[in-house]
Amino acid sequence: MSTIPEILFRDVTKRFRAADPPVLQGIDLTIERGEFVTLLGPSGCGKSTMLKLVAGLEPITSGQIQVNGLEPKNARRLVSFVFQEATLLPWRNVERNVALALELEARSREDALQTTGRLLELVGLTDVAQSYPRALSGGQKMRVSIARALATKPRLLLMDEPFAALDEINRDRMNEEILRLREAGNWTVLFVTHSVAEAVFLSSRVVILSPHPGRIAHTISIDLPYPRTANLRETVEFDTLVNQASRLLREAHRA
Amino acid sequence: MKKKLQLAANAAIVFAALLLVWQAAVLALHIPPYMLPPPINVGRAIATRFPELWASFWISGEAAAAGLLGSIVGGLLIALIFARLPWLRRMLFPYTILLQTVPIVAIAPLILMWAGQGLFAVALVTFIICLAPIIANATQGLISVDTNLLQLFLMHNASQGQILRKLRLPHSLPYLFVGIRISSGIAVIGAITGELFAGSTRVGQGGLGYSILYAMAQLQTDYLFALVFAATILGFSFFFTVMFFEWLFLHKWHESARPEGSES
Repeated sequence: MSTIPEILFRDVTKRFRAADPPVLQGIDLTIERGEFVTLLGPSGCGKSTMLKLVAGLEPITSGQIQVNGLEPKNARRLVSFVFQEATLLPWRNVERNVALALELEARSREDALQTTGRLLELVGLTDVAQSYPRALSGGQKMRVSIARALATKPRLLLMDEPFAALDEINRDRMNEEILRLREAGNWTVLFVTHSVAEAVFLSSRVVILSPHPGRIAHTISIDLPYPRTANLRETVEFDTLVNQASRLLREAHRA
Repeated sequence: MKKKLQLAANAAIVFAALLLVWQAAVLALHIPPYMLPPPINVGRAIATRFPELWASFWISGEAAAAGLLGSIVGGLLIALIFARLPWLRRMLFPYTILLQTVPIVAIAPLILMWAGQGLFAVALVTFIICLAPIIANATQGLISVDTNLLQLFLMHNASQGQILRKLRLPHSLPYLFVGIRISSGIAVIGAITGELFAGSTRVGQGGLGYSILYAMAQLQTDYLFALVFAATILGFSFFFTVMFFEWLFLHKWHESARPEGSES
């Protein structure tokens, strides 16, 4: 095992403009390879900004971020980003949307098609491979988005409230699916949500942020064994952790 | 499909009724044919002078098509430059509005004076009035790309060329077609306006604009009506050609291009 953490935040502060109050202040966080860490907090606490910083899509104001020991911009090859909306290209069908990332990284067409076919099977979209995004449901679009993110075989997945737009049943189903996919892929995940149940169900660790400026208020280890299935939601342990996280979230919000 | 046939039938009935009223009014009120010819006379003028009419139709059509195609290519190129260089866009964009607000009848004589009397000059007049809607819409399409999509491309280390080819250009296509549709409507107007000043663009023959002037001077009012009719057909055919290409490129994915049910 290498000792380099997958993601390292060291005293990170972020302001969008020099004169503005900071969005994030004094963030220290170490995420090891293979962890599933969820950032939980009310809107405006800077959790999405943290993802953008890790992706190198926004510069940090002070402090340091490393991804696998590299500057975020140089580590993009290892990383895939799943946005809150599915962000599909409407002029491409499902198959070609999934192939996009591979095309951009100049893989051969054969390789791309093979990978795409396998991924569509994995997320259960083989039947709609030739459909255009406008014909898909919200859940299907999100599956395409996830398949596209997995196409480049990332080690680190950054997910920004990917299931926020789905109804509860579909969200639960996608949560189970993402864990199932991770069994095979074994990626590290940094996930953002404002749903406590989702955070507890998915994560090995939940980081609770408090707003104005965004700071880490609490960290909860979720010591429930993987693989996790739908039944987990009906256990006492799950309930206890959800209640604990909810209480800490309320406290963080008040502080 | 049935609904469409119904609509077409309705339009035909209205048209036929209009011709009947026109014919009846001319006969009943004893209007001299050089003031307002009855539709029968217009029909006869179309039939007897069809080769001449057809030639004028083609001459104007060629000039309008050349001007429109030129404005699509030129407008897209300018839009690409505007999208790439925001400072240049801010500096020059007001002038594209100027292009649209200067009355074309006022500058057409100047253009003809500089560019000569041929088909090229008429196409140039068309080009100028078609340009502004294409620049404005194509630029809008190129720069209004969703931030998340742009970031997705950046996450995969896409080059500027890839972002242009795989994101900005396809995204701008529906916007570009809005521009082309507007311009296709005014392209024929541009060509005819040009011809009013250009005289005959071919020895012995002229476009619709030239023929309109000529027929007016000769008090050939029935042929004048035939020319107006031809100009209308030409305008329609431009509009529908563009609609067809818009449908061809967009119907699979874009919300605006729905072949069925769009008329409801």
